[in-house]
Amino acid sequence: MPMTSEQDNPVSMDVDAKANQPAIHVTAPQAKPAADDETITTAVHLGNFNAWYGEMNALTGINCDLPDKRITAFIGPSGCGKSTLLRWINRMNDLIPIARAEGTCELHGENVLDPTTDVVELRRRVGMVFQKPNPFPKSIYDNITFGPSLHVKLTRSERDELVEKSLRRAALWDEVKDRLRDSALGLSGGQQQRLCIARAVAVQPEVLLMDEPCSALDPRSTAAIEELMMDLRKDYTIVIVTHNMQQAARASDYTAFLFQGELIEFGATDQVFTRPENKQTENYITGRFG
Amino acid sequence: MTVATADTPHTAPVALGKPRSKRLRKIRETGVMSLLVFCGLFSAGTTFAIIWVLAAEAIHFFTTAFQMPDGTTVQVTPQEFLTDGQWNPLLGAQKHYGIWPLIVGTLQVTVVAMALALPLGLITAIWLSEYAPAKIRAVLKPVLEVLAGIPTVVFGFFALTVITPGLRLEWWRSANGDPVNPLDVQTYNALGAGIAVGIMCLPIVCSLAEDALRAVPKSLREGAYGLGGTKFDVSVRVVFPAALSGIVAAFLLAIARAVGETMIVALAAGASPVLLSENLLSMFEINHETQTMTGYMVQIFLGDVGHFGPEYASSYAVAATLFVMTLILTVMGHQIRKRFRQVYE
Repeated sequence: MPMTSEQDNPVSMDVDAKANQPAIHVTAPQAKPAADDETITTAVHLGNFNAWYGEMNALTGINCDLPDKRITAFIGPSGCGKSTLLRWINRMNDLIPIARAEGTCELHGENVLDPTTDVVELRRRVGMVFQKPNPFPKSIYDNITFGPSLHVKLTRSERDELVEKSLRRAALWDEVKDRLRDSALGLSGGQQQRLCIARAVAVQPEVLLMDEPCSALDPRSTAAIEELMMDLRKDYTIVIVTHNMQQAARASDYTAFLFQGELIEFGATDQVFTRPENKQTENYITGRFG
Repeated sequence: MTVATADTPHTAPVALGKPRSKRLRKIRETGVMSLLVFCGLFSAGTTFAIIWVLAAEAIHFFTTAFQMPDGTTVQVTPQEFLTDGQWNPLLGAQKHYGIWPLIVGTLQVTVVAMALALPLGLITAIWLSEYAPAKIRAVLKPVLEVLAGIPTVVFGFFALTVITPGLRLEWWRSANGDPVNPLDVQTYNALGAGIAVGIMCLPIVCSLAEDALRAVPKSLREGAYGLGGTKFDVSVRVVFPAALSGIVAAFLLAIARAVGETMIVALAAGASPVLLSENLLSMFEINHETQTMTGYMVQIFLGDVGHFGPEYASSYAVAATLFVMTLILTVMGHQIRKRFRQVYE
């Protein structure tokens, strides 16, 4: 949804989101389109959210609202629960038998944790990009059509169109248009990761979860992915976990700092990085620990 | 160890002890290397020795004119060996040495066995690897591997005393006093033996295919689940194709086992080769008695025939044929593996 339409329809704002912390009105970083007086709705709402692996408490009392059509970065030292949090939003943790969670986790007001939630539909709405590029050992073309073919029946021409659109969206089309039938494993690491983004985008999700998407990539590919994220945020809510402070500062609108399973600070990225409210946050982002 | 004080700074060299003897090291390295080279040569050498014996004895069979007790001579040409449709070296006035009936017998058993073992083994492997709870897998996998170690003679007994009577509906017929054997299954038959060989191969297929499926990186499964795949989508459309090379290898190993299986067919398949020369369609009569290549060799080496006649020598020609067949299977497997192999990272 274009941003202007949100300004035209202030009625669409989420009342809950406004009532909750953190502050709704924030100053967006300079480099990004001004979002000053815009009403921001909530895509994902976490309320008193707790998660465990067996007896180990991974997340404690998380309260936050991840804003719609924005990039939210989760930072924090290894083992602080960032990835766990991310993997609960699309119930990826269902694959781990000992993982469980309590509290509220809502996607546009719908309870994600409800046992009756259709996880197939949930994961269609909440796409995921992983730490290591994981293209399927199939052709580039088949990698893109795999996701959509799980949910809808497509004709040949619709598939062709979808492949081109998705690859263009991931800024990969020009590099691979002549070898769509070649194995995706022949691409470079950065290309593979963009293919994984294209693959996720192809099912037209609402939220895109990115779990350290650049940690296995070189600086140039990282720059390409970040540029892509800035472009995608027009249409998708992006939640990214990163170990790279510069990346969080450069490529996110909001930053959340997690430490030992607790949410220490959550706010607009420039505020968190320039005037952190919490001493621990400051220590972490200035590299004094973590 | 020296404790660092103001007098002994961290930069002081650490005492390393007495240097080890360079001469001893050299001797040890040479010793280890000779041992490794010896072991390597030994295994390669035995393989070549076996091939050499097979080839030499097969050539001996084809080049010798054997003196028979009745004064005639028997010489089998490779051409006769490969074109005659009858294998009858032991009985009757006219001896025939055509290999095809034995190959057909072997194929009958193998096809039946694989029709059972490959699909069932693969489905079980997918279930074990993708669906079964960890606890059940932890129990079943070792059980399967124990099954793979059951002596094949037990399966032979099983075929002869359970499977074949079952196919002949003997219990039902004796209860009903019905003399008709509806499938016309003979006491010795390829079908029963094939089913037993299939059951024997099942754990091999299952265990190896499961290993191949489990070796597919978890990240691929997560990627597919992350796009909204169900368990079935993920197993069949992502994990299975990614494991294809390993699964094909498992299949070929099972086929090689079935082709070379001896004890089960010797007990349950019988000892009369199909008569291709009389009726080509007899190759499909798996309900009748047959003889496989391995079955023939058992018959010869059990000692009913002398060590100098053409019957005895012919078993080497049969063995060489069997060897060529399994070699082709192995090479094929290697090629298929190379073609489908996916390299991750």
